[in-house]
Amino acid sequence: MEYKAFQPIFYNITRINKATCELQCHMASYDEMAIIHGRLAQVVKIVGNQVTLQVFSGTEGIPTNAEVLFTGDPPLLKVSEDLAGRFLNAYGRPIDNGPEILGEPRMIGGPSINPTKRERPSELILTGIAGIDLNNTLVTGQKIPFFADPEQPFNQVMADVALRAKADRIILGGIGLQHDDYLFFKNIFENAGAIDRIVSFINTTEDPSVERLLIPDMALTAAEYFAIDRNEKVLVLLTDLTLYCDALSIVSNNMDQISSKDNMPASLYSDLARLYEKAVQFPAGGSITIIAVTTLSGGDITHAIPDNTGYITEGQLFLRRDAEIGKTIVDPFRSLSRLKQLVIGKKTREDHPQVMNTAVRLYSDSANARTKLENGFDLNDYDKRCLSYAKEYSEKLLAIDVNVGIEDMLNTSWSLFSRYFKKEELAIRQDLVDKYWKN
Amino acid sequence: MTTTATIKKGTVTGIISNLVMAVSDAPVAQNEICYMHVGEDQLLGEIIKVIGHDIYIQCFESTRGMKVGSTIRFTNEMLEVTLGPGMLSKIYDGLQNDLKKFDSLLIKRGKRSEALDSESRWHFIPLTQPGKTVQAGDWLGEVKENAIPHRIMVPFKLTGRFKLKNLVEEGDYGINDVIAVLESEEGERVDVKLWQKWPVKKPLKGYVEKVRPFAMLETGVRIIDTLIPIAEGGTGFIPGPFGTGKTVLQHAISKQANADVIIFAACGERANEIVDVFTEFPELDDPHTGRKLMERTIIIANTSNMPVAAREASVYTAMTIAEYFRNMGLKVLILADSTSRWAQALREMSNRLEELPGPDAFPMDLTAVIANFYARAGYVFLPNGATGSITFLGTVSPSGGNLKEPVTEATKKSARCFYALSQKRADQKRYPAVDPTESYSKYLEYPEMQNYLHENISSRWIDMVIRAKDILLRGREVHDQINILGDDGVPLDYHVQFWKAEIIDFVILQQDAFDTIDAMTPMARQKYMLQLVLQICQMEFDFKDFEEVSAFFKRIINKLKQLNYTTFESEPFKKIMEEYTVIVNEKRIA
Ligand SMILES: Nc1ncnc2c1ncn2[C@@H]1O[C@H](COP(=O)(O)OP(=O)(O)OP(=O)(O)O)[C@@H](O)[C@H]1O
Ligand SMILES: [Mg+2]
Repeated sequence: MEYKAFQPIFYNITRINKATCELQCHMASYDEMAIIHGRLAQVVKIVGNQVTLQVFSGTEGIPTNAEVLFTGDPPLLKVSEDLAGRFLNAYGRPIDNGPEILGEPRMIGGPSINPTKRERPSELILTGIAGIDLNNTLVTGQKIPFFADPEQPFNQVMADVALRAKADRIILGGIGLQHDDYLFFKNIFENAGAIDRIVSFINTTEDPSVERLLIPDMALTAAEYFAIDRNEKVLVLLTDLTLYCDALSIVSNNMDQISSKDNMPASLYSDLARLYEKAVQFPAGGSITIIAVTTLSGGDITHAIPDNTGYITEGQLFLRRDAEIGKTIVDPFRSLSRLKQLVIGKKTREDHPQVMNTAVRLYSDSANARTKLENGFDLNDYDKRCLSYAKEYSEKLLAIDVNVGIEDMLNTSWSLFSRYFKKEELAIRQDLVDKYWKN
Repeated sequence: MTTTATIKKGTVTGIISNLVMAVSDAPVAQNEICYMHVGEDQLLGEIIKVIGHDIYIQCFESTRGMKVGSTIRFTNEMLEVTLGPGMLSKIYDGLQNDLKKFDSLLIKRGKRSEALDSESRWHFIPLTQPGKTVQAGDWLGEVKENAIPHRIMVPFKLTGRFKLKNLVEEGDYGINDVIAVLESEEGERVDVKLWQKWPVKKPLKGYVEKVRPFAMLETGVRIIDTLIPIAEGGTGFIPGPFGTGKTVLQHAISKQANADVIIFAACGERANEIVDVFTEFPELDDPHTGRKLMERTIIIANTSNMPVAAREASVYTAMTIAEYFRNMGLKVLILADSTSRWAQALREMSNRLEELPGPDAFPMDLTAVIANFYARAGYVFLPNGATGSITFLGTVSPSGGNLKEPVTEATKKSARCFYALSQKRADQKRYPAVDPTESYSKYLEYPEMQNYLHENISSRWIDMVIRAKDILLRGREVHDQINILGDDGVPLDYHVQFWKAEIIDFVILQQDAFDTIDAMTPMARQKYMLQLVLQICQMEFDFKDFEEVSAFFKRIINKLKQLNYTTFESEPFKKIMEEYTVIVNEKRIA
């Protein structure tokens, strides 16, 4: 982004923290961008003539008599077709040695969509991963995060999903991305020949952490351009939003705000909702789907970050290592796609809802059997059948390396049912059993 | 009261997100509404605190671009809603803007839209005659709005007695036409139109008496109606971790409940959930009147990405509209999803004001604020002898799923029904995931309510409900025992008891909200099912071993579940019943 040039003025800086500076000034407007000592900053608080600037790249070396320029504009991103295929930083500037982006400046973090102008999401996104398509079917216009421990291969799964989903445009927001992961995304997109469909906003661990706060808004502003102005089906990938929240808490601590649970700002819910609610299906066909990553510490989902996220998103995908089959699976218990009922059994085969529920219920019976086993009890015949079923179910359907069509997933489920269970143990509607039971 | 139109102005002195600090030479009032000028836009705000010369305002819109020195105009008014015909089927934001009237895809700040339709005509029928003495809330006439008789009432803001000087004849009128002229005892003339205004934070009373709720509000949800019923005019809340089914349960209730008007306050939740409602409801039939569901519904949509201050306002907007309809003698049901978001909005503001924080940084007076709000629900008698009610059912989203957090605790003190959603039941897909042993309805203990149930369902109903609960409780105990001691380590009878509880769980408690037949169970069918299930729970069976027990009861459950998916008393229903009886008799000791 580029801002109108004004005459910079020297100010008396009265307070300097890690991420913020305070100065005396009468002309600042709320939320506007400023340039302090050559660095981009944003007005985050005004009390009388005391103005607080959040300095994105940190305050190191800022002198008490710094030169400050107020731009009069909120943060902007220039949008046009030129964005396609480009890698940009948190300010929307190229990091791929390409030319500057030309286009119409749009303010980021803009107003929300009128709910009455939305359309109900109804278009299936197929990923080939049964743990998703069968149990947690995704729909365009949905917002859903992966909840995963840092060591799990969430970026790979996300890249697979992105490339298999038939999106017109993929927007990657890398928030505190490891440099290696940045190269991973770059490679995988290039190898797939998909680079022209992709726009990337990248902040790596080498970049200042407060800069990260701009990445999701940049990515979503670009997404709105493609979805609204160009009616495209846009898929936004945001990884890792936990680092975004950490940056929020740094800033709020610097501003002496009272923090709530887990040192997070009291406004965390609203801050995250503002981003995720950009997911939308428009009647004209354009859509924004958001797939995000929220890393957990020690699998704890009661921590304020995953907890608030779960209350905002339309479900969550849990990755878990299944020691028995030695693979990462999409956990059928804690994973959930809330929008699946809009499509399953309607856009997919009629038996999908009941098959899915029954398969998971039987899997949960196997968990009970395992508890019994661990407690040293004898297993009955049903328990044993459940355990064998669970292993095969995990291998053939839950593992993230599965890549098959949705009909195959349903057929596989029925063969597992008939291999291990009796018809009446399924509690599936009779007409469906009559039709699909495999002898 | 003389209303000199002096314009009261002020100036912005500070901005922190949606908190604006200001000064003014003119006197201002707590909760007074003002407009803050930013460029072309006039942003709506409300005074929430005054200290000396400093005025603190919560801005209902984005403050981006606001400067110190920006002008503020104070209005002398509190935040008000406009009440009159045309509200049904509307989708409002938290400040009662009609969202459909905005043209652009994005909601631009500083834009307003009228709450009612100034163009539409209503067929007015007088209900009284000129010459009568009237007071606030009296019914002057009615217009037909969808299925309901929308009463046109003497404005609630008027105090004292008035003479009805003039009342128009039956005919078609617009909302701005004067339909009546009143004269006060002092001889002051008041024009009455089809609409009036009321400040949202003030309870709109207008009734003579609020009585203890005594009648059941049918929801068609078995676990509620059968086991944990809510009363008409009662209050209840649904706490549960994310994804356990609060919204699905509320949507089911909003479709099926036996109420005249449903107000859906989507408070800081997902926009797509509103889209669900306004996509489905115009298609679905109201099971009680056969008209379209949307016709009895009002949506207050303040989704999570809309400004937080307006989120706080939205629940009050919903309640005030409900009170207005209650005064017409109607049965109103408010569903608020989620009241935690409202509490969080209060918390955000309280923190910006640097108030002394209470537990989890929530404001100290949270419990009182919640209690005052819930107290606005209730069953009332109106001056003309008619009755009306507001039933309030809110969800709570406890942080970390912990029911000991402040919002849940505070709400528990106010709401009389508690529907705790359990993560474990949700994980097992035992929907609706209401925990049958944790949850309670205080109304079941009301003698009035017990009488009602005895007269309207069966004289043995309460006994049956208690028996079902006992069986469930016992099932839970023996399940724990089996887990500790192993299948072989407990008497065979424990297995039987466990499976009897499972029948109640699978057949009564669990209900598929997405199956057209199972979703809604009318009371007659609920009675039939409870009797059926208790019957089998009382039977004695002959089993060799525990494997036989589970195999047998699974077959029973399977049959009874098929029954739930089948039209009541239809041919297929009878056929399933016959098959069921055959299975029962295989093991039954005669
Ligand atoms: N009665 C039900 N029948 C079938 N599925 C259900 C039922 N209730 C809930 N579900 C499933 O659980 C999912 C989550 O439900 P819901 O959206 O109501 O959760 P919630 O408690 O409102 O969560 P949040 O607090 O995040 O808003 C639904 O999308 C649906 O898949
Ligand atoms: Mg919900």
